[in-house]
Amino acid sequence: MAFIDLKRNEIQAKLVYYGPGRGGKTTNVLHIYKTMSKQICGKMVTIDTKGDRTLFFDFLPLSIGTVMDMTIRIQVYTVPGQVLYNDTRKLVLRGVDGVVFVADSLKVQQKQNIESLINLAQNLRGEKLDIRQIPLVMQYNKRDLAGSNIPIMSADEMEYDLNRGLKVPSFEASALKGDGVYETLREVTKRMVKSVTQKLKTGRY
Amino acid sequence: MNLILSGEHISGLERIIEKELLERGANHVFIVDSSGNLITGSGRMPMEDILPLAALSAANFGATERMAKLIGEKDFTLLFHRGSKHNIHFSRINDDFILVSLFDNDVPLGLIRLGSSKATEQMLPLLIS
Repeated sequence: MAFIDLKRNEIQAKLVYYGPGRGGKTTNVLHIYKTMSKQICGKMVTIDTKGDRTLFFDFLPLSIGTVMDMTIRIQVYTVPGQVLYNDTRKLVLRGVDGVVFVADSLKVQQKQNIESLINLAQNLRGEKLDIRQIPLVMQYNKRDLAGSNIPIMSADEMEYDLNRGLKVPSFEASALKGDGVYETLREVTKRMVKSVTQKLKTGRY
Repeated sequence: MNLILSGEHISGLERIIEKELLERGANHVFIVDSSGNLITGSGRMPMEDILPLAALSAANFGATERMAKLIGEKDFTLLFHRGSKHNIHFSRINDDFILVSLFDNDVPLGLIRLGSSKATEQMLPLLIS
């Protein structure tokens, strides 16, 4: 849920990076943290295991500017992608206002991408949210592996698998190199801010 | 559910924090919702530390609640972390909001528990109206 503080004229909204394990959710957030001005992003918190897999979540607060004279603060979270941690994913999804679905371009991850997207839709329903209504952006990560000897899916294949019904904006990316990370973030925050301010204007709070 | 709070309500919450907890010796006190939004807070800590603390507090509370359910409890009534110098005390205001108090070892836990209990009672009408 977005929180609007009329004393400080501030809107806080929650953005969650979702997707299969080892798909690059944390790498996306880490790239933002490392490259964005410290005036915009605050302290990043990571709760991971020794093997660098997210155990609980990563968290990064961003202050992205003003809209309608209100400061917009986006709280960025990632979820643990492993199938086992669904309780944790549900906990992190509480009160979500926008989602980036980070899909893994590796051919061997095709099934896991689809399962994770279905899991997202189910967990959103648990929050009384519809995957077709919530601000959502797709990211096809690890495109830098194209041309290597590791088999990857084409963007068209991924679009067919994951986005033929949803038809949300999608971006090819290499979170490791930083390609597509900001394009994805910009699009999802634009949609989140639009969704929250529309509700504000129409008095649906 | 979305939440919009007027300046008057936020100021009211801050007055309760000041009177019931900061005056009893807490260093910093804040209210966080169950999704990790920082509602308001007051005290000595910088905002850059409070934002991640708020997110972690909501997650910690949510995880503890889940643990309670797994062993057949609805909730744990006392959630408190004691450090060598600094401590954190968590209090549920209602299903959606948590009151978090940071205090040092020279302040008795009982005083913080009393203040939290008085504060949550007074805060509830401001948060649900």
